[in-house]
Order: sequence, then C-alpha cells, then structure tokens
Amino acid sequence: MAEVLVYVDHVDGAVRKPTLELLTLARRVGEPVAVALGNGAGDTAAALAEHGAVKVLTSDAAEYADYLVVPKVDALQAAVEQVSPAAVLVPSSAEGKEIAARLALRLGSGIITDAVDLEAGDEGPVATQSVFAAAFTTKSRVSKGTPVITVKPNSAAVEAAPAAGAVEALSVSFSAAATGTKVTARTPRESTGRPELTEAAIVVSGGRGVNGAENFAIIEALADSLGAAVGASRAAVDAGWYPHTNQVGQTGKSVSPQLYIASGISGAIQHRAGMQTSKTIVAINKDAEAPIFELVDYGVVGDLFDVVPQLTEEVKTRKG
Amino acid sequence: MSLRIVVTVKYVPDATGDRHFADDLTVDRDDVDGLLSELDEYAVEQALQISENSDDDVEITVLTVGPEDAKDALRKALSMGADKAIHVEDDDLHGTDAIGTSLVLAKAVEKAGYDLVISGMASTDGTMGVVPALLAERLGVPQVTLLSEVSVEGGTVKGRRDGDAATEQLEASLPAVVSVTDQSGEARYPSFKGIMAAKKKPVQSWDLSDLDIDEDEVGLENAYTVVESAAERPARTAGTIVKDEGEGGKQLAEFLAGQKFI
Ligand SMILES: Cc1cc2nc3c(=O)[nH]c(=O)nc-3n(C[C@H](O)[C@H](O)[C@H](O)COP(=O)(O)OP(=O)(O)OC[C@H]3O[C@@H](n4cnc5c(N)ncnc54)[C@H](O)[C@@H]3O)c2cc1C
Ligand SMILES: Cc1cc2nc3c(=O)[nH]c(=O)nc-3n(C[C@H](O)[C@H](O)[C@H](O)COP(=O)(O)OP(=O)(O)OC[C@H]3O[C@@H](n4cnc5c(N)ncnc54)[C@H](O)[C@@H]3O)c2cc1C
Repeated sequence: MAEVLVYVDHVDGAVRKPTLELLTLARRVGEPVAVALGNGAGDTAAALAEHGAVKVLTSDAAEYADYLVVPKVDALQAAVEQVSPAAVLVPSSAEGKEIAARLALRLGSGIITDAVDLEAGDEGPVATQSVFAAAFTTKSRVSKGTPVITVKPNSAAVEAAPAAGAVEALSVSFSAAATGTKVTARTPRESTGRPELTEAAIVVSGGRGVNGAENFAIIEALADSLGAAVGASRAAVDAGWYPHTNQVGQTGKSVSPQLYIASGISGAIQHRAGMQTSKTIVAINKDAEAPIFELVDYGVVGDLFDVVPQLTEEVKTRKG
Repeated sequence: MSLRIVVTVKYVPDATGDRHFADDLTVDRDDVDGLLSELDEYAVEQALQISENSDDDVEITVLTVGPEDAKDALRKALSMGADKAIHVEDDDLHGTDAIGTSLVLAKAVEKAGYDLVISGMASTDGTMGVVPALLAERLGVPQVTLLSEVSVEGGTVKGRRDGDAATEQLEASLPAVVSVTDQSGEARYPSFKGIMAAKKKPVQSWDLSDLDIDEDEVGLENAYTVVESAAERPARTAGTIVKDEGEGGKQLAEFLAGQKFI
C-alpha cells in the first residue's frame, strides 16, 4: 500500500489531537508515515504508533525553533524524497498551512487547505471543504503532483490502530532560505488548564452581551462545569474583555465541536464562519431576532446574566 | 534611501451577500458586489504607517490580480493613501488557483520592483492564508508573516507573531514578504481629500504577456487542484426556541442532558 506522510504537530514530544485525527484519515488513503521535528520529536513515537503510524521519521535541530517555517519545509521535502508518498497531510494551523503551501510549490503540487473530510478516490484523495462561512460544501482533489492537504481539527474521530511506529532518523540539509527569518524571542502561552479551543468537544463563547471583562467569569464558570473551552466574539476581544487567542470566527479560530454555546453573540457572518460546522449549536440572547437563532438546535431568548448562571448550577447539580 | 513597498490586495465578493458558485465551479462574481478584502485594508494601513514613521522616501504600490471590477479595490487602497496601483488582468486568469495566483503576483512584484511586500493574513473568500508564504518561496526572500505588530528600520523588518502555542518576535533583512493580521491596528477610512486624490493616481494594467507568463501556467484548465462538486449546505432544521420565564437555564440543561452533554 502507498505511504502517506503525516506532519506531526507536537509540543516537546506531546502530540496534539489534530495529528491523531490525521492518522485516522491517512489510513483511508494509505499507510501513515509520521514526520516529527524539533525538540522531543522522538518522544512522539509511542502515541503515533498507537494511532497507526507504521514509521516515524524524526529530526531535531536548533533551526526548527530558531527560524520561521522554512526549516520545517526543508525537512518535509526530505521526507517526501525519501518516501515518495501518495499524499502529504498537515494539520490546518496557521503555521501548518504555510509549511504545506511552500512544500506544495517545491514539489510542483497542488494544495488544498482546511479540508474537513478526506476519502480515497480513483484519481487520488478527495477532500471535502466547507466554504463561504460553511454555506457550501465542496469536494476537491489535487490534479498535479503529490497532493498536499491541510485538515481542520475535529474533522475525524481519533481511533486507536496499533502499528509498528518504527523510529527512523530523517536526514535534513537546510536550504539557504532556512535561516531567513529569525525568531528572536518566544513567550509560550500560559495554560489556563482548559481544553484547547480548536480541539475541545464543547466550546462556550461570550460576546458583546457579556458586557465587561469581569463578567466573563460567568462564561468561564459554565465552561468549567462542562469541561469546555472558552471562546469569544471579536466584539468582546476588541473591547479587551478576552484574549485574541480565544476569538472564534473568520479571523480567529475556527472550531467544530460537538456542542457550541453562544451567549450574547448576535451571529454575524464572520462569527458564523468559525463555528457553523459545530454539531449542536445553542444560543442565549435577549434579542429574539438575533441571526444566531437561525442556526441553533436550541435557543433561549433571555438575559444571559439570568440564564447562564442557572444553567451552570443545573449542570453542576446533575453532574453531582 | 528609498523604500519600495508593494501591497497585494484582493477583490472579493462581499461576505454579507449571497455568495455562490458559477456553473464551472468558480466563484460567481456577477451576482454579488465585490470589494477590497477587508483584511487587506490592514495591509494597506501598515504600509502607510511604515511610510509615516520612516525618514526614507517610501513609495507604496498596490497590486491586484483580478477581473475588470477589481479596479475598485485598487481605488479604495489609493484613496486610503497608496501612491500608485497595478492591475493584472487577463481573460486567461479565470479560475486560477493559489499556486497560479502566487506565480502571477510574484512576477508582477518583481517587475514592479520592491523592498517589501505586505499582504493580508487571508482573503475573505478563499481564506486559505497561503499566498504570502507562496510569494516568499517564489521570490526567494524571507517570510515574516501573521504579524500583529510590524516595523521597518535600516533594512530590517521586525514583527510580533501571535501563534497558538507562543508569541514570537521575528526579524529578517529586506527584501521580505510580510503579512499582517487584523490585530495590527484599525485601518483608516479614506478622507474626502484622499478619494479625490485617488482619481489622479496612476493605475497600470498588465496582462500575462507583460509578465512573461504562458497561458498554460494559469487558469482553470491548468490549475493544480480540481473542484469536483459544490453543494449548498442544507439549511439547519429549525431548532427549539424558548423564552426565558425564569426557568430558561433549567430548560436548556434538560436539552443538554437529553443530548448526553451532561
Ligand atoms: C474582516 C472581518 C473579520 C471579522 N472576524 C470576526 C471573527 O473572527 N469573529 C467574530 O466574532 N467577529 C468577527 N468580525 C466582526 C463581526 O462582523 C461582528 O461585529 C461581531 O461578531 C459581533 O460580535 P457580537 O456578536 O459579540 O456583538 P454584537 O453584534 O453587538 O451582538 C451582541 C449580542 O448580544 C446580545 N445581548 C446583549 N446583552 C445581552 C444580555 N444581557 N443577555 C443576552 N444577550 C445579550 C444582543 O442582543 C446582541 O445580539 C469580523 C468582521 C470583519 C469585517
Ligand atoms: C471558497 C474557495 C476555496 C478555494 N480553495 C482553494 C484550494 O483549496 N486550493 C487552491 O489552490 N485554490 C483554492 N481557491 C482559489 C484561491 O482562493 C485563489 O486562487 C486565490 O487567489 C489564492 O488564495 P486565497 O484567496 O485563499 O488567498 P489567501 O492566501 O488567503 O490570501 C492572502 C493574501 O494574499 C493576497 N492575495 C491573494 N489573492 C490575491 C489576488 N488575486 N490579488 C492580489 N493579492 C492577493 C492578499 O494580500 C491576501 O490577503 C479557493 C477559492 C475559493 C473562493
């Protein structure tokens, strides 16, 4: 069976969930070979093997952390040359898309970004995309070169599928461009202890209706009762009530959880673009005419300051 | 010293309009009003600020690849304060994908002459967020992308990139390709004076032959990707909506329990 390269997104050896999802999708089109780069690359092998990687190609060098994007492109290109895969899959993070794009160009290949599903086709993998703020679903494929496809988080269920996961060192010689953009400082994001926004099964978001940074405690309390991540609309972020890293929407994160709860959010097209593919959508808004109600499975027309705390209490009681 | 900035701006269908596909599965541009992609306004704004903060002579050129109407996007950018504009227009460009678009932009940027290219973080129609990286790869210059802060001094560009896991400070020598996010600073509105001045600013039109690009390198037929189908997402079935009469939170909890979320 043909091999499929999967680019591993990990933090110091801890594999992030979207990569495990990619391994599930990769198995539909071939045998997954994972590529893990940078500090802790070798430590990813156990998790990758458990989820279907027949091989794990690893490379660690200071360049991956010290320079932007290009060293990783060099490494992925070396992996492609070694393996001659049927496709290359990369998680759809901002960086993942940039890596994938440059790789595609070097390979003379087409690129598809933000796939939400993938299946084998007669002429190579067929990717499903959700476009125009999720108003349309398209099916596309790469028609030239080795398909390079980036896949959004929450596009597939993580499945265990134990495989050999044999670790092999990947030999990479860095290009002249690799050291072009220097990372002169890096401040890791502080963990809130809550799930990653893009990976969470439940997201609880607040908007302008939350009316103040301090009131976001109400949203956080509901999120914590459900084990959820916290999101925010751009209006709330622009007002300085919540960090931009939590923004959901076109210019924020795009999320696709099992459950999305929007409180005090009107449902502007740019917000919808980031949450419309959520499986179940719930909204709390005091305006019965708010466009968000067009999307919901369940909506409460009411004041979030009454509804949200009552809901939180009820969740806590039911969970015991 | 002088600094030549080229800002890439895309003309896109209005996101609040009824966007859909034409029969050939490209974007239908006839039925929906187009405009300058709002995220490219941030790129124009940063170019203007770099110019205002610079002791050098700065020349800002805005560049678009798109149909006839794409001139509107250039006019908007000129009225914000850019100096001149380049419109790459050719019937053979219809349906060009990201790989092809980056080729056309790269050739045009090279022909125009540049020290710095500034792009938006993503278009508001394709929203791929890949063109700046592709441009940097093609031009063989550093990519300094997704910046929420950017500055240029003495032949060096610096910026802040807010990523998922960390915030990074980046630095590269010019020439370089930069992209900026909507966190980089509110874009200015064109003033009346700006709008009047824009009418007199030069807009050059180039076609594929001006850029030495073969027609078989671009267009729908020669794209590296094929869209096989596009289907409107079925409207969500109308959900249950209740009015809070004091029990709204409890009713919602009941729904969530029924769906096994609690
Ligand atoms: C290029 C571009 C990109 C953008 N990207 C994004 C993006 O990524 N994400 C995003 O969210 N937006 C984005 N926007 C902005 C978007 O257009 C909207 O302005 C924004 O989503 C509005 O946020 P909101 O719903 O919180 O605020 P509003 O539209 O002001 O809505 C607030 C809602 O809260 C309700 N409310 C008020 N008080 C209460 C209460 N006490 N109880 C219950 N309900 C209450 C109101 O009825 C109203 O419906 C973008 C815009 C542009 C132009
Ligand atoms: C819904 C949809 C889905 C698509 N999916 C794919 C796909 O999977 N693969 C593929 O190869 N193509 C795809 N395309 C085509 C692709 O969007 C265009 O070829 C496009 O010009 C490049 O991608 P983008 O618009 O997403 O730009 P992005 O990479 O998101 O744009 C980033 C920046 O590049 C600059 N820029 C982009 N296009 C232009 C332009 N024409 N003129 C001037 N500056 C520009 C702007 O500064 C912009 O802010 C898709 C198009 C649509 C409408």
